[in-house]
Amino acid sequence: MSVDEKTVRRIAHLARIAVTDEEVPHLQGELNAILSFVEQLNEVNVDGVEPMTSVTPMVMKKRQDGVTDGGYPEKIVQNAPATEDNFFLVPKVVE
Amino acid sequence: MQAREFLMNRCGWPGDKPGRPTDERSSPVTELTHLTIAEARDGLKAKSFSATELAKAHVDAIEKARALNAYVLETPEKALSMAKASDEKLAKGEGRALEGIPLGVKDLFCTEGVVSTAGSKILDNFNPPYESTVTRNLWNGGAVMLGKLNMDEFAMGSSNETSAFGPVVSPWRREGSNVSAGASGAVEGTHLVPGGSSGGSAAAVAAHLCLGATATDTGGSIRQPAAFTGTVGIKPTYGRVSRWGTVAFASSLDQAGPIARTVRDAAIMLRSMSGPDAKDTTCADLPVPDFEAAVSRGVKGLKIGIPKEYRIDGMSPEIEKLWQQGTEWLRQAGAEIVEVSLPHTKYALPAYYIVAPAEASSNLARYDGVRYGLRENGKDIADLYEKTRAAGFGREVKRRIMIGTYVLSAGYYDAYYVRAQKIRTLIKRDFEQVYAQGVHAILTPATPSAAFGIGEKGSDDPVEMYLNDIFTVTVNMAGLPGIAVPAGLDAQGLPLGLQLIGRAFDEETLFAAGQVIEDAAGRIRLPQPWWANA
Repeated sequence: MSVDEKTVRRIAHLARIAVTDEEVPHLQGELNAILSFVEQLNEVNVDGVEPMTSVTPMVMKKRQDGVTDGGYPEKIVQNAPATEDNFFLVPKVVE
Repeated sequence: MQAREFLMNRCGWPGDKPGRPTDERSSPVTELTHLTIAEARDGLKAKSFSATELAKAHVDAIEKARALNAYVLETPEKALSMAKASDEKLAKGEGRALEGIPLGVKDLFCTEGVVSTAGSKILDNFNPPYESTVTRNLWNGGAVMLGKLNMDEFAMGSSNETSAFGPVVSPWRREGSNVSAGASGAVEGTHLVPGGSSGGSAAAVAAHLCLGATATDTGGSIRQPAAFTGTVGIKPTYGRVSRWGTVAFASSLDQAGPIARTVRDAAIMLRSMSGPDAKDTTCADLPVPDFEAAVSRGVKGLKIGIPKEYRIDGMSPEIEKLWQQGTEWLRQAGAEIVEVSLPHTKYALPAYYIVAPAEASSNLARYDGVRYGLRENGKDIADLYEKTRAAGFGREVKRRIMIGTYVLSAGYYDAYYVRAQKIRTLIKRDFEQVYAQGVHAILTPATPSAAFGIGEKGSDDPVEMYLNDIFTVTVNMAGLPGIAVPAGLDAQGLPLGLQLIGRAFDEETLFAAGQVIEDAAGRIRLPQPWWANA
């Protein structure tokens, strides 16, 4: 399978990455090089094979569903580009 | 001066061969940086020198080696204050496992109050309010932090050329090459890559800018740079080391480990880095063995597998010869050598280039310009996201996020992602079948070639660069431990490494067999500091 320019733009939008008109043909070439490289996986017979979900046989650890941490909102927002009263600031989303 | 006396009395490296002079003992003043971790530990305990002297020697060496671009952030004040605290502990006889040992930290590990960038512009000013479990464990063991090490952006790369802070220059040079430190302190001439993504870690260890360094490995990012720089690097079993506080690339493959100058040093560091962690649900609740004790076990009676599928088309005769030599060394040390088959080997790399980008596209969704990192304003929230990510991510990272987005998108998920995860099951099964035949470890080359020049690979076709990981990526796909150990030099005088792959949670056998190779090959002679500016 290979991707055309329109698909490249669609993927970029899904990935929330702005692309320029000049970038699109380069990205198309690079993505197609990778897709053609992974094409060989179609040779493998995977009938009846379970897809891997955990690389080591382990049961996920569980804990009580309770609050064990927190109480420092200023630390949580300290790296945010824009905040107010310990809230993250974003452009208006709902009209 | 006591330090000088200690160094003068040192009677050679354990692996030194007669008639193979090393330049590691030439200048007594800088020599503290040439100790191994084991030697430094013993010297500190014996009070032959202080942790402060040891830290100061490294701080000076780092300052003179800026042309290599190995450190993205130097933390000399922190190093000296941690060293002072270590000296107080040592004076009271309360020294811990790594007391006073100066280390470098790959910039993928979050360090509290110290900027942590993951090699990306998008995290340029990220100042974590917490400490990663790995670095916390090291500081709890008494280690001293020298600074943060350069790396490929978000650990995506095999040459350190994708870093937003510029490539790392390898301390190694091709024989007769023109690389030198220019009058301005910048490196001139054709320089080599140190490998990646842990290129800063490998270069710093090889150039004596730390005694050891933390690193991470998703497809070969510890083992390939270790092989390129004549250092030892181990990727432990998935789950041996906590991933908490380490910037995520592909969570089912990422694993941290050390890069050091000897097998013993790697064992010492890994023990301190490892252990159960309630903050990482994939971190195994298993006791950590005394890895250092395993180093001298030898390989007598062990069965070592040689996988025929690793003998790839067009393999260089030098790599082939190195591999045979390694096989012979293990045989002479008493191991039984058997040919084994891992039939799905060739599919590991293409399957990796579906699984890893898929996980990356999900993990890197968090860099949105809202909660931390760079923000580029836009006309609405979607525009803000798109502009921020376009400005903050480099080319390789964008490429991988887009491939990952594509293979996870509606209509392609089964054809790509689910198929790749099935193939991953088959790759793991290959290893299980070999181990079920009584094989204890598997010997392969670490890389298909020695280090290449900056700008030489991957500019037109990204897959050319990806092929660097052909021997290492299977190990991540199967969650197994793998170690790279220097085993010789190529015709251009550059280091080459061998890889040993072990059973899950049996790093001890890798240290034992790795030591056999190190002893047989002799400690590799690391480069002279041609990069140093006065």
